[in-house]
Amino acid sequence: MIETKGLSKSFRSRQRRRTTTVEAVRGIDLSVAEGEIFGFLGPNGAGKTTTLRMLATLLTPDGGDATIAGVDLRGNPAEVRRRIGYVAQGGGTWNEVSAREELVLQARLHGISKAEAETRATAAIKAFQLDEFADRWCKTYSGGQRRRLDVALGVIHDPKVLFLDEPTAGLDPQSRAHMWDEVRRLRREGTTVFLTTHYLDEADALCDRIAIIDYGQIVAEGTPTELKREVSGDTVMVGLNGSTPQAAELLGGQPYVHKLEVRDEGGLRLNVDSGETAIPQIMRELAASGIELDTIELHRPSLDDVFLSKTGRSLRES
Amino acid sequence: MIVKFLRDTWLIYQRQMTLMLRTPIWILVGIAQPITYLFLFTPFLKPALASMGADSYADAFQIYVPGLLVVMCLYGGLWAGFGLLGELRAGIVERARVTPVSRSALLLGRALRDVTSMLLQALIITLMALPFGLKAHVGDLVIAYILLFLIGLMATAISYDITLSVKNESALGPTINTIAQPLALLAGVLLPLALAPLWMRQVAWWNPFSWATDGVRALFNGRLGDAIVWQGLTITAVVAVATVLISARLYNRQVR
Repeated sequence: MIETKGLSKSFRSRQRRRTTTVEAVRGIDLSVAEGEIFGFLGPNGAGKTTTLRMLATLLTPDGGDATIAGVDLRGNPAEVRRRIGYVAQGGGTWNEVSAREELVLQARLHGISKAEAETRATAAIKAFQLDEFADRWCKTYSGGQRRRLDVALGVIHDPKVLFLDEPTAGLDPQSRAHMWDEVRRLRREGTTVFLTTHYLDEADALCDRIAIIDYGQIVAEGTPTELKREVSGDTVMVGLNGSTPQAAELLGGQPYVHKLEVRDEGGLRLNVDSGETAIPQIMRELAASGIELDTIELHRPSLDDVFLSKTGRSLRES
Repeated sequence: MIVKFLRDTWLIYQRQMTLMLRTPIWILVGIAQPITYLFLFTPFLKPALASMGADSYADAFQIYVPGLLVVMCLYGGLWAGFGLLGELRAGIVERARVTPVSRSALLLGRALRDVTSMLLQALIITLMALPFGLKAHVGDLVIAYILLFLIGLMATAISYDITLSVKNESALGPTINTIAQPLALLAGVLLPLALAPLWMRQVAWWNPFSWATDGVRALFNGRLGDAIVWQGLTITAVVAVATVLISARLYNRQVR
């Protein structure tokens, strides 16, 4: 649904007669499949928004090519516009009009007739649960309500691809969960969603596949599970009621255990490829040898560990 | 193409008018200053304009009110860029940009709203001046308002050009003021240029707004047949179309 090759963009800024060039995006290759929620994860200033704006026809790329919903981005941006929806970071609604009026206008800007625009507005109000406030002025909305309207505006013309720039930035946890549900519903209805985020948990929980971007380059790409596994595998913590040396000897010999440590505070730490298959095996081995298991815990690496291993810094700090 | 352009312009204009009518307070705030000038400046003019044959307040109004209306459209238009900048900042323009809507329609629909509010304000001021002895034929007034419309459109387009080049609130105000003051004074809006020294009249000859002001003044004084009326209309129309085309080009380049 989205294919890019070597997409790049730099900005020139002049300060005291010195021109500096900032390479915001340096050669991005991406491939997003139909019906996927694809997340672009990275710190602020990594080039997420610039890439998104290029794909949404708002910025001309300096280099590279892209095909969106089967249309060449450089060759026919007008046709790309017909097939995509775009929701900017800051939204973009007037204060003294209602959600219904905004939805009708947006549909009409897409060339839809007045009667059809009104039908679509009503359907969107229902689908995005805007009923309660649809006829009040936008300036009375909460952040979450406004954001839901932004997304409803972005899909009023049934685009094949929806671009969302930081859809949940600044929202409270409940509104965030609500927004995630809306995005999942759009995927169910067949829309491909491309979103940017700097929230690790959002990338992890919401996205089918993610690309991690740093300094304008993609440093990792895959499903959240794959990426995390690539870094370090899973860690299993085993708590025992005594017999620690025997257990260490027994489990240390298992083929799926890469590394075993006896913890100072008691118990064992095991590095394994996949925690969910290792745990039953560990339990079986211990039970067969009559060693009493007290607790067992699975620790999975987070996307922050992935980011750390690829860039040398933590996303939370940058 | 043309049909789509007109439809899109109408859509944007309608939305902009809705917004304007829902916060009508700004129309009233916009006429506070002209009213002040009308009542606190015109009284000075009776003696000042004696050399032009003004013997009464009515005569002074007759000379000053047309100039005041031009100032309102000139300033109202030149400050319109702030509204555009606000919409650019709020992401409203960007939301429209990802639709296939005509780029020029986005600009023109907005400009027409700004001009409409100026003409409304001009109408209020005209009506307020009537009890003080301002006289004009309705037919002449209609033509005068067409001229005011063109002045407002030209000033709005110039303001959009500046806004799209400067794109910075703190620089926009001083830039507009720097341009607006000489443009207005060299259009003879306060006192007719007939009272100005020769060099100033020669400079003003190059100012399209001075032709427009003289045209509006002639119309308010029942001189429909004066050459200045059609000259003013032609010059203002040509420059207005040119500036609108320039800002549409700038806008299209930046707002792809």
